[in-house]
Amino acid sequence: MTSTTIADDTRVLHHPKTWVGKYVWSQDHKVIALQYSVTAVAIGLVALVLSDLMRLQLGFPGALKFITPSAYLQFVTMHGMIMVIYLLTALLLGGFGNYLIPLMIGARDMVFPFVNMLSYWVYLLAVLVLVASFFAPGGPTGAGWTLYPPQSILEGTPGRHWGIILMLASLAIFVVAFTMGGLNYVTTVLQARTRGMTLMRMPCSVWGIFVAAILGLLAFPALFVAAVMMMLDRLVGTSFFMPSLVSMGHQTDYNGGSPLLFQHLFWFFGHPEVYIVALPAFGIVSDLISTHARKNIFGYRMMVWAIVVIGVLSLFVWAHHMYVSGMNPYFGFFFASSTLVIAVPTAIKVYNWLLTLWRGDIHLRAPMLFAIGFIFTFIHGGLTGLFLGNVSVDVPLSDTFFVVGHFHMVMGVSPILVIFGAIYHWYPKITGRMWHAGLAHIHFWITFLGVYAIYLPMHYLGFLGVPRRYYALGQTAFIPHSAQVANEFITVAALIVGAAQLVFFYNMIWSYFKGPKADSNPWGATTLEWQTPQTPPAHGNWGPKLPVVYRWAYDYSVPGAPQDFIPQNVPPDGVARHHAT
Amino acid sequence: MGIVRRLTEKPWLAPGLDSSIDPDPDGLRTLPAAAVGLRLYFGVATIMFMLIAVVMVMRMDGHGLSTDQQPDWKPMFWPPLLWVNTGVLMLSSAAWEWARAAGRRGQMESLRAGLVAGGALAVAFLAGQLTVWRQLEDAGCGLTATTMSAFFYLITALHGLHLLGGLTVWGRTTLKVVAGGEAAEVEQSVDLCAIYWHFLLLVWLVMFSLLLLNRR
Repeated sequence: MTSTTIADDTRVLHHPKTWVGKYVWSQDHKVIALQYSVTAVAIGLVALVLSDLMRLQLGFPGALKFITPSAYLQFVTMHGMIMVIYLLTALLLGGFGNYLIPLMIGARDMVFPFVNMLSYWVYLLAVLVLVASFFAPGGPTGAGWTLYPPQSILEGTPGRHWGIILMLASLAIFVVAFTMGGLNYVTTVLQARTRGMTLMRMPCSVWGIFVAAILGLLAFPALFVAAVMMMLDRLVGTSFFMPSLVSMGHQTDYNGGSPLLFQHLFWFFGHPEVYIVALPAFGIVSDLISTHARKNIFGYRMMVWAIVVIGVLSLFVWAHHMYVSGMNPYFGFFFASSTLVIAVPTAIKVYNWLLTLWRGDIHLRAPMLFAIGFIFTFIHGGLTGLFLGNVSVDVPLSDTFFVVGHFHMVMGVSPILVIFGAIYHWYPKITGRMWHAGLAHIHFWITFLGVYAIYLPMHYLGFLGVPRRYYALGQTAFIPHSAQVANEFITVAALIVGAAQLVFFYNMIWSYFKGPKADSNPWGATTLEWQTPQTPPAHGNWGPKLPVVYRWAYDYSVPGAPQDFIPQNVPPDGVARHHAT
Repeated sequence: MGIVRRLTEKPWLAPGLDSSIDPDPDGLRTLPAAAVGLRLYFGVATIMFMLIAVVMVMRMDGHGLSTDQQPDWKPMFWPPLLWVNTGVLMLSSAAWEWARAAGRRGQMESLRAGLVAGGALAVAFLAGQLTVWRQLEDAGCGLTATTMSAFFYLITALHGLHLLGGLTVWGRTTLKVVAGGEAAEVEQSVDLCAIYWHFLLLVWLVMFSLLLLNRR
C-alpha cells in the first residue's frame, strides 16, 4: 500500500481552497513549519527579554524595583524552560524538521498531514497555557527550570498556587504535541523517501532531525510521567516525590516519597533533550559548511554514524546532572565515563567540519559565518563539558556561574547560531526573496562577539565561586569586587546582543517585502529542496512528477563536471548536459 | 536488505539507481505508513509505562528514604473484579483478532461481529475498571490512601485513556461498516486496532502482574 505522499499522483492531495484552509488550518508541512517557527520565535523573544531583565538585576542590583527576589526566580525559571523546550525543540524539529524533511527526501508532504496539523495546534495550546501562568495569581513558577520537588510545590516558592500547575500542564500538553510531530518525522523519513533516496543518500540535516526525533520519542515520556506525577502530588496530595516533611512550621500530609526519583525522570528526559536540540544543529551545520565551502562533507559515513552513536549514548548519561544530589560512587564513575565517551563521536564531527573547510572554496556569506561561529562556540562549550563531566570537578563548580557559561555556550548559543545560519541559508527558498547581506554581517559579528563577551567572563565568575540562581550576592567575603564589575560588563554585553537581534528581525521582515527576488538555487546547492519547480515550493512540492535521486547530497566540485555542484536528481549521463537554473 | 549493509553503503561511489540498494520503493515498503507510525507509538507508550513501573519498583524498595524514616509502602486491597476485567480485556483482544482474520478472508459478517464484540468488551473493561476504582474508595484505598493505590490509579488511568483512544478509532470504523462499507475499506483500521488492542493487553498484563505483587 502506498502513501499518497510518495505517489506521483497529486489528485489525492488535500488542496485547500480558502485562505483559512491554506494558512490557518493548513495541512501543508511548509505552512505548519512556519506556524511552528513563528510561535517558537515569539515565545523565545519573551524568554530573551526575561534574560535581559535577569542580567539587569545581576549587573545593577536593585536598580529596577519590580525585580523582586521572587520575580527574579520566576524569570530564571521561565527563561530556561521556554528557551530549551518551547523555542529550541519546537523550532528545530517543528520548524526545520517540518520544512526540510519532505523537501529534502523528495516527498510531497508528511505521511500524516492531519496529525501534523494537530501537532502544531496542540503545541500552540501548550504555549498559551504557559503564557497564562504569567497572568495567573502569584505569577509563573519560580522553582528553577528543573522544577525539583519538594521545593517546587511547597509554600514559599513563587507561583506555588497556579504557576507550577500551569507549567506542569503545559509540559504534558507539549509532550503530546511533540509525540504527534515526532511520529510523523520518523515515519516520513522511513516511508516517504523518493525513488533513489537511500538512507545514506540523505543529507546530514535529515539524519540529525531523524535521530533527534527518535530520541525525543524515547525521552519525552519521562517528562510526561514526571509532570503527571508531580501534578498529582500538588493537586491531589499523593506522595510520589514528596517525602514526609515540615513546611512553614507545619507537618505536611506527604509521606515517604522520593524527590530523587523526580530528578532521575527529569534528567532521563533532560539529557537527551540536549541532543534533541544539538543533533539537528549538527546535521544542518554540516550541510551549511559543505555547501558554502563547495566541498563534500568530510567523512559522510562517520558523520552519520556519529549522530546515531551520540543519540544512543545520550540515553545513558543522565545522572551526570545529579552528582551533587548524592549517589553511589560506582554510579558516579559509570556516568562520568559514559559522559566522557560522548566526546569521541562529537570530536569526530568537529574534526570533520574542520576538514571539510580545509582547502575548501569558502564563501563567507552569512550562513557560513554562523556555521563557523558555531564551530567556535561548540568547541568552547564542549571542552568545558569535559570539565563538568568529572565528578570531582563538577561538585565544586556545579552551583556556580561556570555551569551557566558552559551550557549556554554548548546548548544555547551553539544551536542558536546554527538556527540563524539555517534561516539565512533557506530564507531565499522559503520566501523567494534575498536578505540584505550587510545587515546580516552586522548581525553576525555583534552576536558572535557578543556571546563571547557574555559567557566567557561567566567561567571566571564560576571559578571565583559566584553562585548561580542568586538574586543578589550581598556582602560575600570570598567574592571580590571585581566580580561585580564583570557582572556589569556581562549585562551591558547582553543588552547589546539582545538589541542586535532587532537588526535580524528588521532584515527578515524588510526583505520579505522589499528584498530582491532570489534565484531558485542561489547557493548552488545539491540537495532536493533547491530543485523544486517553484520558489517558494508550491503545495505538493514537486509538480506532476516526483524527483528521482541518482547521487548523494555532496557532489560539490566534482572533477570534470561543468559546474561545481551536481544536484541529487541529475542522472549520471546528465551531468554534461546539466546547467544550473 | 540488512540495516548494516544500508548504513555502510558508500554513497559517493556509483551515482545512479542501483536496484540492489534501492529496489522499487513501493515494493520495499510493504507496511503502510499508519502501521509503521503505530509501531513507533508502541515504543513511546512502552517507555512511558516502563518508566512508571521502574519508579514504582524503586518506591517499593524504599528509594530515597532517609535512615530515620519508616518505609511507607503498604500492599493494597485487591478487588476480585480485577481478575474478571483482565479476562474481559483478553476476550476483547481475541475478538479483534477474529475480526482481523475475517477481514483478510473478506467475510463481512464475521468481521462485523468481531468488531462489535471487540469494542463492546473494551467498553465493559473500562466500566469494570471504574467499578474497581469505586470499590477501592469504598474500602478506604482511594487515590491518596497509600502510594501503592496512587500508582494503581495512575497506571489504570493512563491505560484506560489509551483504550479510550482506541475506541474512537473503533467508533469510526464501526460507523463505516454500519454504513455498508466493504471489508477492504476497513481492513487496515481493523488490522491496526487489533495489534493496538494486543499491545494494550500486553501492557495491562505486565502492569497487572506488578500490581498483583502488592495485593493485600
